[in-house]
Amino acid sequence: MTAVAERITGLVGALRAHGVRIGTGESVDAARAVEALGLADRERLREGLAATLLHGAGQRAVFDPVFDLYFPRGVGGPDGERAGREALRERLAEALAADDGALLARLAAEAVDGLGGYGSSPGADGWSAYQTLDRLRPQTLLARVRADVRGRDGGGEGFADRLLDDEIRRRIEAFRRMVGTEARRRVAERRGREEIARRGVVPTADRVDFLFAGRDQLAELRRAVQPLARKLATRLAARRRRAARGTVDLRRTLRSSLSTGGVPMRPVLRRRRPVRPELVLLCDVSGSVSGFSDFTMLLVQALHDQFSKIRVFAFVNRLDEVTGLLDHGRADPDGLSARIRAEATLTGWHGSSDYGVALGEFAERYGDAVGPRTTVFVLGDARTNMSDPNLAAVREVARRARRVYWLNPEPRGQWGTGDSAAPDYAGLVEMHECRTARQLGALIARLLPV
Amino acid sequence: MFTSVDDVSARLAETGYLASPAVATTVFLAGRLGKPLLVEGPAGVGKTELAKAVAQMAGARLVRLQCYEGVDESRALYEWNHAKQLLRISAGRDESWDETRTDIFSEEFLLPRPLLTAIRGDEPTVLLIDETDKADIEMEGLLLEVLSDFQITVPELGTVTATRRPFVVLTSNAGRELSEALRRRCLFLHIGFPEEELERRIVGLKVPGLGAALTESVVRVVGALRAMDLRKAPSVAETVDWAHTLLALGADTLDETVVRDSLGVILKHQDDIQKAAAKLDLDAL
Repeated sequence: MTAVAERITGLVGALRAHGVRIGTGESVDAARAVEALGLADRERLREGLAATLLHGAGQRAVFDPVFDLYFPRGVGGPDGERAGREALRERLAEALAADDGALLARLAAEAVDGLGGYGSSPGADGWSAYQTLDRLRPQTLLARVRADVRGRDGGGEGFADRLLDDEIRRRIEAFRRMVGTEARRRVAERRGREEIARRGVVPTADRVDFLFAGRDQLAELRRAVQPLARKLATRLAARRRRAARGTVDLRRTLRSSLSTGGVPMRPVLRRRRPVRPELVLLCDVSGSVSGFSDFTMLLVQALHDQFSKIRVFAFVNRLDEVTGLLDHGRADPDGLSARIRAEATLTGWHGSSDYGVALGEFAERYGDAVGPRTTVFVLGDARTNMSDPNLAAVREVARRARRVYWLNPEPRGQWGTGDSAAPDYAGLVEMHECRTARQLGALIARLLPV
Repeated sequence: MFTSVDDVSARLAETGYLASPAVATTVFLAGRLGKPLLVEGPAGVGKTELAKAVAQMAGARLVRLQCYEGVDESRALYEWNHAKQLLRISAGRDESWDETRTDIFSEEFLLPRPLLTAIRGDEPTVLLIDETDKADIEMEGLLLEVLSDFQITVPELGTVTATRRPFVVLTSNAGRELSEALRRRCLFLHIGFPEEELERRIVGLKVPGLGAALTESVVRVVGALRAMDLRKAPSVAETVDWAHTLLALGADTLDETVVRDSLGVILKHQDDIQKAAAKLDLDAL
């Protein structure tokens, strides 16, 4: 096996480990693409491999960092003297003002080499992007770069000038990513790229754990709501079509058999009346699980035309209806949780979540929201802060509803540890582990009533 | 079909399509590996234009299958011309049924639809399957045979195999997730919004009358709008429209009034317009 082929199979293996499904046929195509493109131009190689190996735009976020590890820009650190912090900042400011991509990449390499090394040996034990950026502080260059750009263009009275700050911020953001890539590359040289490809590359948004997702990842998840909803809607429609083929309707079969002399040639199937189910959502929006609840609320809202009625309730230790806040067009996904907190009464005397009180309040005040056609979803980690879980209220809701499901964003292994009342609730209603957007999508497709 | 990536780039530019490196590379590979090209991306970034440009640069015939909900075999593959068959049967009264039967299921009575047309031709062909996501799942199954073996079976005539493989381009707006089987048979290309520099060149090419300074401002404002997380981010088509509008308005620099009056050209939702106006410090509309 040649070195290049080995590299390609390594790349494919790393991508598979991140959940990208690649068959042997695609690997062969990738090799043929490399043959056709040659190894001279790295960006072309990147595009060629992406075209042959990937099947969707979302996979690109995983592909690029893995590609950078397997087909690195270079080997070792930059030549020459290690630059000092001040000199680097000086040159970085100039490069940002000029928006020179090639120069920025070179500076990122120098910065990691000069500022990012930690450990004792002559070189360094490892390289840290965090440490590099912490020492370099590129974000503090904003004012200086702005002055530079204005000085260069002379004045700065044009309309587009007011966009300058944001543009510079985006350039700085791009530089931070370059530093991250560079640091990963250097570490991979030291520790082997398989390991870094597995651990150092952020998974795609739909595989990120809700409880540990950062702000950017949550924003990305929110953008993924609409496509996911469309996908689920198609799947639900397909399930409905299949479900519509019901049992034999004896009366109508016999009636139609009269035209064939009483021989039932063609069975007539019972037509199902398309009942559009009702949905009630109970969401814990306390700090620990709010990312999960937000996402699920938006997803259900995006699926609103699949149901005759959706009602959404939010709680921390008191419960309030927030259906109106999720209305179409009004819902600005970014500010959703802030608006829910501002406009609904969710807390009583204290600010931590209390499932017992909230569920009791639901059964008492909104009991009529649940009927024999209603499916109830409870979203939350079932951590009651040591208060009474109020199982009677859950039992009451479960008795009235058609189905009750509990989606828990914690890993199954942690249910029942500490103040979690998950096993108690799981004894009464069906509880599912739901840690990532991918799991949620699969669960919703399976559990939603047809 | 193409000799190199640069060759593709240059020849696409000749037809008026400025390709990013990713587009040029993938088109080159599609030609070289003989695989269909699946193009995804937001509306208005030039997915359909790409197919047209490829056809023009290769001097090929463009066959287009526009997909919609309910498009089926008889619209995509072929159909028998029933009316003509009936005429033929009633015209030839004195011949035996066997003769008639072999005659009415011959080429003469076949109405080829886009897929069959593209496969049967001898001249170079570009087959554009537009908005594949609009078609039903069943249609995808039909495409699988055509795209992997480039052959179509007509029961009465036999199997038609392509003598010359067409260059196939499928486009999709991701309105529906295409099946994994279909994706596997294609090279995947995502066309996003272009880099600033490329977009400047595109505007310069499409609206040559606009000055360089104004072109730059236009592209910068559009870039800022795209970063805003709007319901519908402005696409290249909107940028070009806006440039045309500014030209027609006779504006020579961008200022608050001009932007406020023409924001409707690039943003298509009222709440987007309000959001953008707030972010760009325009006075209340």
